[in-house]
Amino acid sequence: MSDKKEPLLQELTKGFLKENPVLRLVLGTCPTLAISTSVTAAVGMGISATIVLLFANVVISALRRVIPDKVRIPAYITIIAALVTVVQLLVQAFVPAIDKSLGIYLPLITVNCIILGRADGYANRHGVAASACDGVGMGAGFTAAIFCMAVLREVLGAGKFAGVTLFSASYAPLIFLLPPGGFFVYGILIACANKLARKKGRPVKEEMACEACGACPGCAIQSPEGGAAV
Amino acid sequence: MKEAIMIFFTAILTGNFVLARFLGICPFLGVSKKINTAVGMSLAVIFVMAMATAATYPINVLLEAKNLAYLQTVVFILVIAALVQLVETALKRFLPALYRSLGIYLPLITTNCAVLGVVLLNVQESYGFGQSMMHSVGAGVGFLLAMVIFAGVRQRLENNDIPAFLQGLPSTLIAASLVSLSFLGFGGVIERMFA
Repeated sequence: MSDKKEPLLQELTKGFLKENPVLRLVLGTCPTLAISTSVTAAVGMGISATIVLLFANVVISALRRVIPDKVRIPAYITIIAALVTVVQLLVQAFVPAIDKSLGIYLPLITVNCIILGRADGYANRHGVAASACDGVGMGAGFTAAIFCMAVLREVLGAGKFAGVTLFSASYAPLIFLLPPGGFFVYGILIACANKLARKKGRPVKEEMACEACGACPGCAIQSPEGGAAV
Repeated sequence: MKEAIMIFFTAILTGNFVLARFLGICPFLGVSKKINTAVGMSLAVIFVMAMATAATYPINVLLEAKNLAYLQTVVFILVIAALVQLVETALKRFLPALYRSLGIYLPLITTNCAVLGVVLLNVQESYGFGQSMMHSVGAGVGFLLAMVIFAGVRQRLENNDIPAFLQGLPSTLIAASLVSLSFLGFGGVIERMFA
């Protein structure tokens, strides 16, 4: 595998808009939908996932010539799970309130498609510095997207911003905090992102395919042309 | 017994993994275009969830006895990955017919957050073995129900004119929002049933 050289700054910023993992690549949908009911929890989730992404990218990129190709997915999962455990213990120790509001979604960062996707799609063929920038950039993009979702849902659904009351909850349509509101707000945000992308002439992701799971190399569902055959 | 049945139905309806807990959204949006692939995927999920719960329950007892509970995430994901690999190999060797219909979905399931999610929830709620099994089978059946309903909705959607602004994923997500809304209607039903 050859290492490509790309400007580091570009690696850092692309995750924010051009390749935003949540809105453009449609990865990491589960935590985005589940945790976006409160701004505080969303930011906690974003930061935790960013830390895991950064270190996972660095470790996997450093080990990319050591890990045999055939067992790379299990190896990546083990590395990521270990990092998630470290982050979980730190969050439990220093910000127990965030740990409580993230619940099982904190250990579930292990199977967040963004992290495995970046490990297999980027870190295993780029240098350590580029991978670190990519990790931070993607993490920031994830945090920004989940923050936007949470602002919309918390302000509309509870009349609050990060726990501070803006207007009486009796004027707020609770539905935005409930699961249907999550799907709806996410759909609208993707529609807006698509609109912007089309304006700039960038390709738009039309359908969600199974490639998000990151297990593509070992998967029989894939059609030869690289897309999912389902 | 009553409690176990309640756990089972809650996992299918009010606590539906996809529509209420947002676990397993990737396959829900990705593999729900046709009803038969949706059913195949869901059956594989039910199978792996039950197997994963049966395998991780004794391991978790051991971990907790040895004060190693902090290793849960790492151990569980490795057990699930190994289990999926084992099931795939065994199916291929002994039940090739079943392998052809379910086998292709198995590698997808290792990184499915619903499987790790069900195992972690069992631990968090400190369910016993029977309750854990009911919970994971219920979660799998709930996943099947959501997938089948949603595949039906999507097939209808395909024959309709959708505003350009919402074409593709946004319309899929808004349809998911409406399906999820219909599941809110089950709120309180189960508590009443067993009250």
